[in-house]
Amino acid sequence: MKQEKLKTELLNCTMENKVYAAKDFSSDQEVRWCPGCGDYSILKQVQSVMPEINVPKEDIVFISGIGCSSRFPYYMETFGMHSIHGRATAIASGLKAARPDLSVWIITGDGDSLSIGGNHLIHLLRRNFDTNVLLFNNQIYGLTKGQYSPTSEKGKKTKSTPMGSIDHPFNPLALCMGADATFIARTMDRDPKHMREMLMRTNNHKGTSLLEIYQNCNVFNDGAFFGMTDKVTKMNQTLFLEHGQPLVFGKNKDKGIRLVGFKPIIVSLEDYSIDDLWIHDEKDRVKAGLLTRFFDADFPRPFGVFYSEDRPIYEDALAQQIDDAIQQKGQGNLDNLLKGSNTWTID
Amino acid sequence: MTQETVEKVVIFFAGDSGDGIQLTGSQFTNTAALYGNDLSTFPDFPAEIRAPQGTLAGVSGFQISFGSTEIFTPGDECDVLVVMNVAALKANLKRLKKGGAIILNTDGFDKRNLRLAGFADDENPLTDNSLADYRLSEMNVTKLTRECLVDVTLGVKEKDRCKNMFVLGFVYWMYNRSLEHTIDFLKQKFKSKPDVLEANTRVLKAGYNFANTCEISSSRFEVKPAKMASGTYRNIMGNQATAMGLIAASQQSGLDLFYGSYPITPASDILHELAKHKNFGVRSFQAEDEIAAISACIGASFGGALGVTATSGPGVALKGEAIGLAFMLELPLVIVNVQRGGPSTGLPTKTEQADLLQAMYGRNGEAPVPVISASTPSDCFEATLEACRIAIEHMTPVFFLSDGYIANGAEPWLFPQSKDLQSIKVPMTKKENIDYLPYKRDDKLVREWAIPGMSGLEHRVGGLEKEDLTGNVSYDSSNHEFMVKTRAEKVERIADFIPNQELDAGSEKAKVLVLAWGSTYGAIKTAVKELLAEGYSVAHAHLRYINPFPKNLESLIRAYDKVLMPEINNGQLIKLIRDKYVIDAIPMNKIQGIPFEAREIKNRIIELHDGE
Repeated sequence: MKQEKLKTELLNCTMENKVYAAKDFSSDQEVRWCPGCGDYSILKQVQSVMPEINVPKEDIVFISGIGCSSRFPYYMETFGMHSIHGRATAIASGLKAARPDLSVWIITGDGDSLSIGGNHLIHLLRRNFDTNVLLFNNQIYGLTKGQYSPTSEKGKKTKSTPMGSIDHPFNPLALCMGADATFIARTMDRDPKHMREMLMRTNNHKGTSLLEIYQNCNVFNDGAFFGMTDKVTKMNQTLFLEHGQPLVFGKNKDKGIRLVGFKPIIVSLEDYSIDDLWIHDEKDRVKAGLLTRFFDADFPRPFGVFYSEDRPIYEDALAQQIDDAIQQKGQGNLDNLLKGSNTWTID
Repeated sequence: MTQETVEKVVIFFAGDSGDGIQLTGSQFTNTAALYGNDLSTFPDFPAEIRAPQGTLAGVSGFQISFGSTEIFTPGDECDVLVVMNVAALKANLKRLKKGGAIILNTDGFDKRNLRLAGFADDENPLTDNSLADYRLSEMNVTKLTRECLVDVTLGVKEKDRCKNMFVLGFVYWMYNRSLEHTIDFLKQKFKSKPDVLEANTRVLKAGYNFANTCEISSSRFEVKPAKMASGTYRNIMGNQATAMGLIAASQQSGLDLFYGSYPITPASDILHELAKHKNFGVRSFQAEDEIAAISACIGASFGGALGVTATSGPGVALKGEAIGLAFMLELPLVIVNVQRGGPSTGLPTKTEQADLLQAMYGRNGEAPVPVISASTPSDCFEATLEACRIAIEHMTPVFFLSDGYIANGAEPWLFPQSKDLQSIKVPMTKKENIDYLPYKRDDKLVREWAIPGMSGLEHRVGGLEKEDLTGNVSYDSSNHEFMVKTRAEKVERIADFIPNQELDAGSEKAKVLVLAWGSTYGAIKTAVKELLAEGYSVAHAHLRYINPFPKNLESLIRAYDKVLMPEINNGQLIKLIRDKYVIDAIPMNKIQGIPFEAREIKNRIIELHDGE
């Protein structure tokens, strides 16, 4: 088809092995988030990771919905679309189906992806389009100036919940596991090094990669993740996952998680040895599910890659069906189609 | 037995929705088409897939008008009513003209069926003389079918499923038709089930022979081939033609077709048809909902494909925000609305033209979108192709309006050759265009398209108001006004690239003009043709382009004293015409989920013509 030809031409004109710097991914638009917003850190890390993913700039697309985070594409010197509320995931699905060659990044927030766009998110995950979802979770609606979000904790007092929220919040990563996601991970705005590492992992996974990023909204929900980011408390409240490594946390790495049957328990390493602990296995769906349930004050909050699975991606299967159809029926011929199987002629 | 030659016949097949009525009708249609008759069909089925057997709610119908003369509608009154049970008779007797023929299955008139159809204990139309005005051919189809298959090792249920073939065979004999096409069809359909094939074929022949030998039907009719324009024809349904139009647009533009859709009656057949043609590179995508369907199309178009979504009114309501986005992005996108009865869920399996104003205005902000409509099943092909041409060449979402009547209706089609189709020019920028500005426009006010993969042309688009030329976000008030007017003017200028409106029939000096759009075409054409032959001063113009209107439309309609506007809605096109041209057009509305009959329109024209 003509379009194939066009694509080949485009590829040929791409300079081989372009070397980029982070600033090459910075657009000429002034960044307009509130001073002190966690989004700045995320933008900076994404721009610094882009040169390393080895994709020509013109083949990268950032798609967002609506919300503070969704301004993101304007600041990236790549192709981009700032779309409508909740639909970035659906738009990216169509883009990937039409253009499997592109590196597609979805920028979304907790309201955008889990409330108005909840349906599209779970369907993206089950179809497993090869896209990267960066879910900026600040547990609040920022752009509309401070209403509670589907990840806000119960009892939260906001402009729309002066007596406290009565909604039970979503556990985003548990939801994603429920939708058969093939890659889920979590990081935070305050840990650039970890974020870079997670962004690379997100990029490298073939399939839908969902990276939840805890992001502080210093205007409407300041300190939502304070305990996990503050120097004093974070060692006890966070748990950094590494594949093949035991689950250890605590100020002096003195605590661990044991798995007794399906029940995780916190133990002191004074009483147990490292060998007694739960060894993190990214390929274990059941254990990943348990880790997503480390979601209340009883357990440290996990960060890192929870789960990673190889599963065929949608766009490959679609391309395969097209190839198979051409194999079986030959390249489509418009005249044969118009003619159909039964005709008659009038002289 | 007599054999008479008739010019035109209207048959209505009716039975339980599980009786295979649609298949019977379509087989008769294809056989008539292959014979060379002109024809038009209209299926009429209940919303429930298997409504309770024997009840009025469960009746499925199929109307065909065929003849040796030109046929533009499935017909007003029926000449023949074929009924498999008493409910089918009760529901459809009103369609039959006085003196018409009824072919009925007596087994469907037993106590149980009478009760299910709502007859009192001692009531039975077969015995109370209420059918005295009609010519009856009674036969126990169930019994005859079973007898014919007495030595076949199929279950009774499976045997009974062949009943429709008995009736079809009977009607084939009445109209002197060959069984060949249907036997070929059965061979294909039951390739892997030789016993079912044998049973159906045997029953078909039995029905034919039964009619021949038992002289239950007193007449046999000859309907000669129609004198149609020379060329090669095929039979086509509207949704099929729409699907082909989309594939043709993909070929003529060189853009891959991405079709994203969510199942909805009566648009789903377009998805089914396209899913069969992946060898044309068609990427068909069944989305999780209506919003996802159009959003995926926008993503595909952003990537350089032709995004197309089809739905019906409720789906369009859901897609509204995304249509606004596509309008703002100025990307090619086609939204097909196969209209059905509304509002809300309305009458899903019935037809209506009530989504025109939704297509025109159903978005927030100032977001005019071109609107194209089709007038007959085969016209869906060209109209779809034209909708795609405008979407691509003018970088805009376009509405294509069809409806349940033409989507499921069929007619013979003098199909085109691909070499005669116009090519579609894609406004893709040159890859070396380093001065590319995403919202710089040509003299049509169309922006140039740059897609991911074009090095150096990286840019961002979005739903926020954008600055002229650069497309950067802009809250500048005068820029906003300028952009709103520019986008509207861009759509207006499409009028320079569409043909002038022509009269379908009659002259510019006529007393009455009938002005309409969409599927009312056949009924109006029939009415106007007859009136012209009878010496009335009447003309007919039928719009394909509703937004923008053809440039000459105003001068064309101003020439008439009276402009009659029949619509299957409560008056929508007439609002646009009155608003734009301040012409006091006369409405004519029918909102019953069914098309106009030609005679209704004819009578109204005569009133206007002779009155006042």
